[in-house]
Amino acid sequence: MVEFAAKTAPELELLIRKVTIDDLDLVNDLDARITGVDKREYWRDMIDRVATRRAGERFFLIAKPCNDTVKCPALGIIIGEIRGWEFGSDPCGWIFAASVDLDYREQGIGEQMFKAICEEFRAVGTETVRTMVRRDDQINMSFFRSEGMSAGPYTQLEINLNER
Amino acid sequence: MQKSSRLAIFALIELASNPDRQISTAEIGDKYRVSSHHLAKVMLTLGRAGLVQSIRGVGGGYSFTGNAKRTTLQDVISLFEDTTVTCKLPDPSIATSAEWEMFNISKEINDISVSTHRSITLSTMLKHIERRDQIRARKASEAANA
Ligand SMILES: CC(C)(COP(=O)(O)OP(=O)(O)OC[C@H]1O[C@@H](n2cnc3c(N)ncnc32)[C@H](O)[C@@H]1OP(=O)(O)O)[C@@H](O)C(=O)NCCC(=O)NCCS
Repeated sequence: MVEFAAKTAPELELLIRKVTIDDLDLVNDLDARITGVDKREYWRDMIDRVATRRAGERFFLIAKPCNDTVKCPALGIIIGEIRGWEFGSDPCGWIFAASVDLDYREQGIGEQMFKAICEEFRAVGTETVRTMVRRDDQINMSFFRSEGMSAGPYTQLEINLNER
Repeated sequence: MQKSSRLAIFALIELASNPDRQISTAEIGDKYRVSSHHLAKVMLTLGRAGLVQSIRGVGGGYSFTGNAKRTTLQDVISLFEDTTVTCKLPDPSIATSAEWEMFNISKEINDISVSTHRSITLSTMLKHIERRDQIRARKASEAANA
């Protein structure tokens, strides 16, 4: 992947690149700051899976500041993969996680990461990108809407087996 | 969505995309082919909600005073209609199973509609309108050059 140098706010220039196992601490710390839960082994497994299995179709990107004056070493992550053939769907890019450090939200980092992963999807020949978020999760819904996503032709259905 | 809600959204879009200008109801009405009279009522409600301000006199009109990044379509719609009641369930204690089934279906559809409107801010609308304008302009110039 060509490293993606993106400009957001003038003082916040980003480097968006693929995660390597050397980023494990950064990714885990970022996630723990946001969720309050330390999931080091989960992230080790995730980085390993993305790097070693179907690596050309899985993308785990990290956004880092280009500038030393920004004290936060990892500003955000986004993860996606090529998925397909479910109920007749052509392969599509699927985003299943996106997180930006709490102190750096609403400064364009999410948007730049979204663009970067879309470039990855485009580079392997997919034309459609999908994701699934809770309807009542207003921030994620607003974010993906803002990036131009809207309801697609598939709808999510579920059943509570205890009510059957 | 009711006509007043749609009008209110169009009016806010016009005002928020022209922050340096006062715009009259006549101008907005012309653009969206609606009567200034109907629009005036809509603007009154938007004014009470703190989303617009009117300036009287020559060159007067309305300006946007809200926060476009934080005002969602649902915020605007709920000024004009009650989106929580889409399907009236008569007294639940006597409602039939058929009525409960219909109620659940209507609620499912309404939930999707409300959360969609809640996820779209005026600033997102403006961004997408601008993009659409650019595409239309490009197509028009390609057609003219063909
Ligand atoms: C969703 C998220 C990734 C967005 O990142 P971000 O860097 O703040 O987003 P951006 O600054 O690039 O915003 C892009 C657009 O999204 C929308 N947006 C972002 N945050 C928003 C908010 N709090 N409210 C409404 N709209 C919002 C805006 O329309 C914005 O465009 P604008 O600034 O031109 O209006 C971030 O809020 C986040 O990490 N949320 C938690 C995600 C999560 O649940 N992760 C755990 C599981 S994966």
